Amino acid sequence: MSKRPDNAPMVQAKQVHKSFGRLEVLKGIDLSVDAGEVLCLIGPSGSGKSTFLRCINHLEKIDGGELSVDGELVGYRQSGNRLYELRDREVCGKRSEIGMVFQRLNLFPHMSALDNVMSGPVWVKKESSSVARERALRLLDRVGLADKVKSYPNQLSGGQQQRVAIARALSMQPKLMLFDEPTSALDPELVGDVLDVMRALAEDGMTMIVVTHEMGFAREVGDTVVFMDGGVVVESGEPKVVLTAPRHERTRAFLSKVL
Amino acid sequence: MTDPPASPADRVGEHDEDPATPRTVPVRHPGRWVAGGVILVLVAMLVNTLLFSHVERGGVREGRFQWPVVGNYLFDAPVIRGIGVTLELTVIAMVVGIALGVLLAVMRLSPNRLLSGSAWVYIWFFRGTPVLVQLTFWYVGIAYLYPQLTLGVPFGPAFYTVNANVLVTSFVAGALGLSLNEGAYMAEIVRAGIISVDEGQTEAAQSLGMSKIQTLRRIVLPQAMRIIIPPTGNETISMLKTTSLVIVIAGADLWAATQNISAANYQIVPLMVVASLWYLFFTSVLTVGQYYVERYYARGSSRALPPTPLQRLRQELFHIRVQPVPALPEAPWVAPHE
Repeated sequence: MSKRPDNAPMVQAKQVHKSFGRLEVLKGIDLSVDAGEVLCLIGPSGSGKSTFLRCINHLEKIDGGELSVDGELVGYRQSGNRLYELRDREVCGKRSEIGMVFQRLNLFPHMSALDNVMSGPVWVKKESSSVARERALRLLDRVGLADKVKSYPNQLSGGQQQRVAIARALSMQPKLMLFDEPTSALDPELVGDVLDVMRALAEDGMTMIVVTHEMGFAREVGDTVVFMDGGVVVESGEPKVVLTAPRHERTRAFLSKVL
Repeated sequence: MTDPPASPADRVGEHDEDPATPRTVPVRHPGRWVAGGVILVLVAMLVNTLLFSHVERGGVREGRFQWPVVGNYLFDAPVIRGIGVTLELTVIAMVVGIALGVLLAVMRLSPNRLLSGSAWVYIWFFRGTPVLVQLTFWYVGIAYLYPQLTLGVPFGPAFYTVNANVLVTSFVAGALGLSLNEGAYMAEIVRAGIISVDEGQTEAAQSLGMSKIQTLRRIVLPQAMRIIIPPTGNETISMLKTTSLVIVIAGADLWAATQNISAANYQIVPLMVVASLWYLFFTSVLTVGQYYVERYYARGSSRALPPTPLQRLRQELFHIRVQPVPALPEAPWVAPHE
């Protein structure tokens, strides 16, 4: 059961800080994402958008601030005024509720598409393979790859691989999906299929945070667009406002380069 | 010209050449003929000395290599028993060595400095001292340093005490020495395999909620196998021969068996040949095995696997097109079907 009271945000970030050595990558991020909302993170490379995304499922540890998903802190347990880091097993349980899709696809190359999609439910959730298989087949059908079930990643195009990766993330029935530049590594003609799958997912009401350079997708599918630069949120708001009439000079300069 | 244009092969040697399409003349390699001739002479000399030449020893003229003696002892009972010991030592040393190697490799890659440091020291020590010295140490040194071996609470009471000479027999010392030494080498091989796997694989597995152990076992190690297998095959072949060192600790392996026989009958070289033939036979078997294991773990890495030598032979003999091996059959060893 969700511990989140109704109308409370699915993701809440308060003054999130993160440094790699002496380089401060996130300088206090405040952000909130409601259930069912699609939030698109845009910004120049090195602005900290991917790092922030990876903090949400604790692939990176935050150095300061507070980050919670569905009402629970990510990677920590609060007791009084202290934050205790969670054990690996507890973090795993939390991560399994958050799906993630990577820029570099990261399918498991030694497994077929079907086995990739079944791996999480069978190994992590200990589901029976028949149940997992049925759902995996349904998910692969949903991303348009019903005929590629037995194929191995190197037999699939980049776009097909990324759609398998989306199905793999969905197989855990996540509350939240994180997309880290899901189309940046794809040939231009393959981008559309992946975006179509993501659009359908958004229409089904999935909460999504999408780091992207696809401004068209952000405008059309996003409920909110957040522009990050230099480790801070420069501006955020409705896509048509941020993308067409940005208030900040930095946003304007960035958009003039990518649009 | 109404004829269809001749293929380049036909054109070579034609007299009425079309000046517009000059013919190609391959480069000549006279050096190859010279080298071929030299090698042919050397091979003839080798065959002659192995099979047909004779020598006078103690006033008796006999075949240089004494092949009948080799034949007499090739399947002699002590030799066969020795082969058994050699194979047992090889299997034990490699199985323990690989398990130890995986453990040490994971320790070396651990963020815990104490774990990675102690793995480093282990590898440093066991790679840095001769295996011959290590074998001797386990056989002689242990009983010298610790005549009584005790199982109990550290600095506390003992539950079980045994005489070291009883526990550490020649075979135990051999297996122990070879295994511990092999563990150090396998650790480096496994570590190389693990760090060859893209970090994105670990991240993807973790994002699905897999634990570190699951990620290692299900995702990283199966992919690392492609890097690990070839040098491990090499190590196994090397180990088969390294077992011959146990002769210094009164081992009863193949080499020791043949040496015992030749010490009694003075047929030194024929018994060396007996041992060498057996070692060659088993290393050949291992080489073939390695080829097939490599193919097995190459799945998912190439679109179509080349035919095996057997398939190629069949292809050439019967001119049948062998179906190319489906590049990626079901992989039951990783598939999540449990």
